[in-house]
Amino acid sequence: MTFVEGMMTSEGRVVQLQRPAPHWSALLLSVFWGAQISIAQETNISMHGFWQGNHSLNLSSPNPDNGDFKWAEERFQLKLDASIAALRSYAKGDVFYDHIDNDAEMELREGYVDYSSSLWDLRVGRQIITWGLGDLIFINDVFPKDYEAFFSGRPLEYLKKGTDGVKIGIYPGFTSLEFIVIPFFEPNTFPQQSRFWLFDPLPGHTSREEKEPTTNLRNTELAVRSYFEVAGFDASLYFYKGFFRQPWMMPDHPTMPTKLTLFYPELSVYGASLQGRSLGGVLSLEAGYYDSRQDRGGADPLLPNSQTRFLVGYQRQLWEDFTLGFQYYGEYTHDYSAYESNLPPGFPKEDRLYQLVASRFTQFLMHQTVMLSIFSFHSPSAGDYLLNPEMKYNFSDHIWTALGANVFGGGESWSQFGQLDKNDNVYIQLRYEF
Amino acid sequence: MRTSLLLVLALLLPLHAFAATAEEVVKKSQAAFLYAGKDFKARVMMTLISKGGQKRVREMTMLRKNYGEVGGSQKYFIYFFQPADVRDMAFMVNKYPAKDDDRWLFVLAINMVRRIAARDKSSSFVGSDFTYEDVSGRDLEDDTHAIVKEEKLGTNDCYVVKSTPKAADVDYSYKISWIDKIHFLPVKEEYYDKKGELYKVFTADEITDIKGLPTITKRTMKNLQSGHTTEVIFAKTDYNIGIEDNLFSERYLRQPPKKWIE
Repeated sequence: MTFVEGMMTSEGRVVQLQRPAPHWSALLLSVFWGAQISIAQETNISMHGFWQGNHSLNLSSPNPDNGDFKWAEERFQLKLDASIAALRSYAKGDVFYDHIDNDAEMELREGYVDYSSSLWDLRVGRQIITWGLGDLIFINDVFPKDYEAFFSGRPLEYLKKGTDGVKIGIYPGFTSLEFIVIPFFEPNTFPQQSRFWLFDPLPGHTSREEKEPTTNLRNTELAVRSYFEVAGFDASLYFYKGFFRQPWMMPDHPTMPTKLTLFYPELSVYGASLQGRSLGGVLSLEAGYYDSRQDRGGADPLLPNSQTRFLVGYQRQLWEDFTLGFQYYGEYTHDYSAYESNLPPGFPKEDRLYQLVASRFTQFLMHQTVMLSIFSFHSPSAGDYLLNPEMKYNFSDHIWTALGANVFGGGESWSQFGQLDKNDNVYIQLRYEF
Repeated sequence: MRTSLLLVLALLLPLHAFAATAEEVVKKSQAAFLYAGKDFKARVMMTLISKGGQKRVREMTMLRKNYGEVGGSQKYFIYFFQPADVRDMAFMVNKYPAKDDDRWLFVLAINMVRRIAARDKSSSFVGSDFTYEDVSGRDLEDDTHAIVKEEKLGTNDCYVVKSTPKAADVDYSYKISWIDKIHFLPVKEEYYDKKGELYKVFTADEITDIKGLPTITKRTMKNLQSGHTTEVIFAKTDYNIGIEDNLFSERYLRQPPKKWIE
């Protein structure tokens, strides 16, 4: 279908319920549904979901804990949607059994209430927010992500984590505005030490404590986006005040540490993006200034320096159902000499300009029921790479399967993909969707 | 030199006059087929049938608004109900005469609006036998049109028009259309491949009068070479319903208003 990579590939059926949802799901989602269930008779509730099997097997070596699988689970998801007049509530909950840890768990992926009027709208609750233009490269998308999901061969939607907060949209006409207030900090999820071989700068120190920003007014995250059209291009301006979602290590003693504290430094981001039709394809430009508020001089080696991050992307359809995409991404570190001169000996040194090149090739076949794709990251500055070939097939309107691999390598034992060298895996996803 | 130039002009003149008539017919056909009303809405049920008989269903609400004259700009808003993995996705097209479309897609799973590279209008629409051009039309000037003959097809008195693309950017060499002389809708279209063999046939299977505008509410596109067929039914079709300009926005791509999509 070309207009949608990964979209028109499997199928389903609308289930319209004119009665309250089944008891167990009501329990799971009661926070968001308590009020709605009782008036379900007057509401049009729709229910959808899927059953999914997802396994990922090591290709090169077993996990640090000797396991063979990066991921092994069965999962059931239920999505409930109800609306009355200007109010709408939506909940998406998962129940899954993890065969590696041998436990069953529940997870509320999203759960929110919407109110909308002609000039403004409001969304309160757990919601997935995606900003920016990158394809798996995020500058102004400062919202929580699950990188373990991505490296383990889970479906793309699991890369994004829900944000617990309030989003207000205002539409005065000349621009559209989004204000997001996040009182509860959510870090990114990184691969577990038991399943992934990862670089550790201080391997001997096992006494570690994670310290997330406490929930208070001062630590409440704020994100603002304004978007509008400029000469046929989609333009956005972004602002974020909050925290890095990747933890940094703070030892309790500079030379003889006994305990490491993992914490999340303060961050502000000022960004902009532009996207439009150009050169026979779609051109994307995005940049952001990462203001590391606790280390503006760049002299503290235990804190990140401020950076300018930028992205140039180009996507083009070459023939029917074949699209290619290229991205060039850079991270320019400010106050680099201060960083260099204060870096403790033995620590890996980042480049002043980190560079990353990404490409994606997508071909649909057989009336878009088969999708072949190859995604790759390669860093010219670090010398490492990630390769992700995938084949997806829609057996019918309800059942699809995807078969793929994640291959990492090159670079240094501490670089982003180089450190994942021993984690190559092949994965399968099988989903029945209704 | 001058005589030969005059001869060429003389030869071209009647052809030109004839071509203008054919263009008029095609333009009227576009007006009736693709530009009817100020705006338009339909619940579209598309059934893709493989050679072996396996069926796949794409169900969507399609909204269209015209900007300017016949052959001018149009905006499309499409919301998907089926299949399950694309439910709640929305798709928007700004169609311009004589230049590439702008297309946006809202991907629900990652809550992202993204632009889609759209160069090839002759590519398949959602995997069906219809191309984007079959859905939203071709520019009048992209083809040379000629009336081949006039004949009766079933009960319809038709112009039979041959449209030959000027550029080789489509996968057919020419198209023969049976255009009804009264309502100007295409009753049948035949697509011939580069070897001149018939390979795709469009038929209007049901024409319904909606608010005084004859509308094809049932149509089929059959690919004779692959044996694949797509059947399309328009339900809840309506015109001049007052679609606001701001529907075609990122805001409503992310949260399609119920009053328009239901």
